[in-house]
Amino acid sequence: MPMAGAIRWQTALTALEPGDELARRRLGRGAAMSPHLSPDLVSDAQQLLAYTFMVHALIAASIVAVMAAVTGWFMVLRRESFAGHTLSVMAFPGAAAAILAGIPVAFGYFAFSGGAALVIGAGSVRRGRGGGVQAALTGTVQAAALALGFLLLGVYGGLLESPTSLLFGSFLGISATQVVSLAVLAVGVLAFFALVGRPLLFASVDGAVASAHRVPVKALSISFMVVLGLTAAAIAQVTGALLVLALLVAPPATAMQLTPRIGVSLLLSILTALVTVWLGLGLAYFTNYAAGFFITTVAFTIYLAARLIGTLAWRPRREMVGPRPPSKADGLRHASVEG
Amino acid sequence: MVSGREDARAGQGAERDAGRGGQGRARTPAIELHDAQVRLGGRTIWSGVEVAAGHGELIAVLGPNGAGKSTLLQVLLGAVPLSRGTATVLGSPPGARDARIGFLPQRRVFDSGTRIRGIDIVRLGLDGSRWGMPVPGAARLSARARARAARVSELIEMVGAREYANRPIDECSGGEQQRLLIAQALAHRPELLLLDEPLDGLDLTNQAAVTALVKAIATERNVTVLLVAHDVNPLLPHLDRVIYLAGGRAAVGTPSEVITSPTLSALYGVDVEVLRTGSGRMVVVGAPEAPHAHGRRHPLADGAHGAGAGG
Repeated sequence: MPMAGAIRWQTALTALEPGDELARRRLGRGAAMSPHLSPDLVSDAQQLLAYTFMVHALIAASIVAVMAAVTGWFMVLRRESFAGHTLSVMAFPGAAAAILAGIPVAFGYFAFSGGAALVIGAGSVRRGRGGGVQAALTGTVQAAALALGFLLLGVYGGLLESPTSLLFGSFLGISATQVVSLAVLAVGVLAFFALVGRPLLFASVDGAVASAHRVPVKALSISFMVVLGLTAAAIAQVTGALLVLALLVAPPATAMQLTPRIGVSLLLSILTALVTVWLGLGLAYFTNYAAGFFITTVAFTIYLAARLIGTLAWRPRREMVGPRPPSKADGLRHASVEG
Repeated sequence: MVSGREDARAGQGAERDAGRGGQGRARTPAIELHDAQVRLGGRTIWSGVEVAAGHGELIAVLGPNGAGKSTLLQVLLGAVPLSRGTATVLGSPPGARDARIGFLPQRRVFDSGTRIRGIDIVRLGLDGSRWGMPVPGAARLSARARARAARVSELIEMVGAREYANRPIDECSGGEQQRLLIAQALAHRPELLLLDEPLDGLDLTNQAAVTALVKAIATERNVTVLLVAHDVNPLLPHLDRVIYLAGGRAAVGTPSEVITSPTLSALYGVDVEVLRTGSGRMVVVGAPEAPHAHGRRHPLADGAHGAGAGG
């Protein structure tokens, strides 16, 4: 799995599975020849799907995109992006520890991100959400995690050339087993939101009132943090630890720019995330540069466009309506309508 | 909340509607505190508090920072226990009938970036504690969802928020947000409304409008309203009674009984003067801040500043 960040096409070919030989021949190209974009979209798609590793990468990225879009939507709403970033960074020492211990890297991702989620979730809930306590705790955990990651790599010694693939991602080594495990996790994460989405929304927007309505705000906030940790660990397997935030933050932020409707916003977030990973992986495939870079750049570009659209479409309309000067009579008039 | 409970609630609502007016007030008080004392962290917040609030009364809870105004609301919600005395809320011990209480906590405005429509915020008051996920277009599929959508629409109409209910909440003004939140608190047709500083941070026009709205809710729906305020003046035309907390004790009565130099002096334990302006506004001069008051929200609010009865 560990490979240099900017993966050369030729490197990837050495990792081909037997079945790919057929695909290669069918495409009628020499093995060393790089794929190239053409105006013919069908040929582009054929090239993209010609190799099993690429199909795995696309499926894994799509699964991860859906998880990221939904979990990230709540994360942005709850203003826990910093915690989200820390949980993603935890994937780095997690992976390093797993490599050192000789177990699958994914275990390291999930153990470390999930563990840190429990620490941050339980530690910050006591003093209420969103305060300085959580930020300080989160920052401390993050710094310690990065340092630990580099230490573990040092202990492992020379064999791992650089931490770039752990930090910036490598989408070429995703196995069929990994795809299945990501799918199972995604089903679990989506089930979580299907079950507690509404109370979680209430607790996120208005914790005090939600408490008064007997919503278990603390339990929800800890369990959401754990779900965020697991989602971050899953994303890290595709984008690398440092670029997780691109998928967690940008699609929901994009959707929220475009609509204040909850359901539409969630769907838009999912759609944005999917387009982001597809475009990102496609561009990486055809240009031979790191997927992490393209995923991040596409996410950022879409967000910028959405902001622009949001500014153009919403603000002028709002100014036209203007802040209505409320009159004393309003309260009386409307209040007398029977409810 | 299953439909059975909703039916029960509707039944209670009808019963209350029938009991409106003179009959409703004759029933047991909405709130009863007897010799109530609260201790938090080893400090007595207040003690010996006697309150009996009838149905449909609009009562202001006044007092300096740290006097325990919000604590009083927490006691009524059952979130803070009394260390002495008894409390009865809507005929039951505190906490037992929270479903019949609408609560608006001390408000910070919604952060910019909370891209949720006002109408969805109101709706959370109705079904926010139900498990599940908000499904777009559910109203087209189930009768119960349709009924909830109708109720939300009714609430929006009630507080006059139709115009901005579909805007993201972070683009609404403080007054608009406050109206939406009052609508949210009214979702379950409460018999008791606890509002913690609903006028805080609003301009004078909005203070008057929100106060008028609250008064209309109290009289027309026979809802008892306890409203924590820092400044009594915007409330004066509408108030039935005040609970003035200071110096660890409480004075309860009509504004003209309580907000007087002798009563407040006795309460604070120092000489306090209540001045009345020509237009009837009241200014309290010389009231000390309670111990442990941090002046979080009103750094200028000391006795001499005295913009309102709260000092």
